[in-house]
Amino acid sequence: MRYILRKVALFVITLWAAITLNFALPRLMPGSPVDAALAKIASTGQAITNTQRHAIEVQLGVPHSNVFSQYGQYWKNIFTLNFGRSYSFPTETVTHTIGKALPWTIVLVGSTTIIAFIVGTLLGVYAGWRRGKAGDSAVTIGATFFGAFPPFWLGLLLLYLLAFRFGVFPLKGGYNEGATPSLTWPFVRDAIVHSILPAATLAITTLSGWVFGMRNNMINTLGEDYVTFAEANGLRSRTVALLYAARNALLPNVTAFGLSLGAVVGGSVLVEGVFSYPGLGNLLYIAVSNHDFPLMQALFLVITVSMLVAIFIVDLLYVRLDPRVRR
Amino acid sequence: MSVLTSTPTPPPQVPGAAAAVTAGGESRVPGSLRVIGRAFRTLWSNGKARIGLIIIALMVLVAIFAPLIANHSPTATTFQPYQNPNGSNWFGTTGNGQDVFSQMVYGARVSLLVGLVSGAVATIVAVTIGLIAGYRPGPVDEGLSFLTNLVLVIPGLPLMIILAAYLQSHSVWTIILVVAFTSWATGARVIRSQATTLRTRDFITSAQFSGERLHRVVFREILPNMTSLVAASFFAAATAAVMAEASLEFLGLGDPNTVSWGTILYYAQQQNSVLTGQWLLVFAPGLAIALLATAFTLVNFGVDALSNPRLREK
Repeated sequence: MRYILRKVALFVITLWAAITLNFALPRLMPGSPVDAALAKIASTGQAITNTQRHAIEVQLGVPHSNVFSQYGQYWKNIFTLNFGRSYSFPTETVTHTIGKALPWTIVLVGSTTIIAFIVGTLLGVYAGWRRGKAGDSAVTIGATFFGAFPPFWLGLLLLYLLAFRFGVFPLKGGYNEGATPSLTWPFVRDAIVHSILPAATLAITTLSGWVFGMRNNMINTLGEDYVTFAEANGLRSRTVALLYAARNALLPNVTAFGLSLGAVVGGSVLVEGVFSYPGLGNLLYIAVSNHDFPLMQALFLVITVSMLVAIFIVDLLYVRLDPRVRR
Repeated sequence: MSVLTSTPTPPPQVPGAAAAVTAGGESRVPGSLRVIGRAFRTLWSNGKARIGLIIIALMVLVAIFAPLIANHSPTATTFQPYQNPNGSNWFGTTGNGQDVFSQMVYGARVSLLVGLVSGAVATIVAVTIGLIAGYRPGPVDEGLSFLTNLVLVIPGLPLMIILAAYLQSHSVWTIILVVAFTSWATGARVIRSQATTLRTRDFITSAQFSGERLHRVVFREILPNMTSLVAASFFAAATAAVMAEASLEFLGLGDPNTVSWGTILYYAQQQNSVLTGQWLLVFAPGLAIALLATAFTLVNFGVDALSNPRLREK
């Protein structure tokens, strides 16, 4: 119980600190984001009205008003999900823009993360078990090399080869232009076809972390006394590796899995950008290229909060997995 | 930082080694050199680490002798734009009429600089915070650990992107600072937990009782016992830095006038090189980044084996 109370307290404090950081960052930076934002709007040929300037100042901090009242207003906006309007999509609210993009990212990156976790962990178990043999070397070297690929670069290569050269997959987007998102089979099939390349890119580049984590855990666990004892009992090597060692070696990887589920929302910024996938990552890409500070701030908030919530949930689940923390 | 010019000997030892040299007088120098030499030999004996060290050494050579290797100026816009590879422009030319091969050669300088310097800065921050937190239980540790965990849980790449977008100067040094500021936390956490276990050992207690001051106990007695952890966090941070630099520059958050692998990719994307068939413009810089990141990771395999005998190759 003390463990849970401590985790709850820590979660609340971390959440407060992260949200406050999001408030403080634009205010601590040299130069004025307000002027940069206004310059951006002016460069598109729009006239700048006083209302617009005021709206931007409220979002990014008004230099001549009390910082505490701004902070209060900032919290009020968070609870009412009022993040104003972005410059990139002036016809809709930021909340609406983000709400539309969120499901795309969660489905794409969420399913990719789960696939990468399962495949990577299995490969790691195998490499740790066959350590020093040819199979281990092939897995380790392959994972090192693919893991070192900048994800957006692999995306560009796949795009060039499979979409542009051979035309197997569509060039961009999350569905055919003109189609309206709905839960009908033709649309879902279309969406799946569009998601294969971005999903493959993400899976290949995130696989290595799971492989190495699991391989190291396996090697450490295989050195434990109880494993030696099981071997001395004459159990088959595969039984020892899978049923005795892998089960315990899995624990640290499960924690990491929770962390990576939290990173789902923010984990695919550049890959989504390369494929113009209609998710949050692509929004951040657009926001950065347009100096769209309101959208950027709201996105960063969503990304951070989802990460913290995921970690919190994993911490609570951990009580069930590892009896040692239950005191 | 002397780390900059040093070749693949484990540079993170520089903080500790420098302290030893200044504080210990002449007699300490051979000792710390011998430690570095022994560490290097252990690294070299590990097959994976050896490949990594060779790749890094080659890239350092290319970076140093860039003016001799490149056959054109990397910034001259005197060539016909959108050329495919030919006798004079080995990798073709960009849409601005620049020679891509020369840009690749000079680009090695920026990537190595960002990787090594950000790695070093992040490691120095990690070592300082981790050691102090581990050595000072109570409020100091609670505070520093909270800070570490906060930085650790905030998603790295989005934080870097936001920071780089708010900071309106986009020089290489901005990128170095942003990367260093966001990637020290993992190392700090590992070093802290190691320092916690070392704090109660006898030799530390004896140093405390003999009246040594805090920074001397921490940096002279505790730090030398975790060289491999420091080295591991340096190479991990350097890998992250190389990738992060490429990502930020690809997003257009770097200085568009520097010649680096990231900016080549940025211009390639802007000029739609993939769809005009100039695939080499995308392929070459990305492969170079992947090679450098692989090299740092490979060296870290050797470092892992230094600290964990179970991981050593038999």
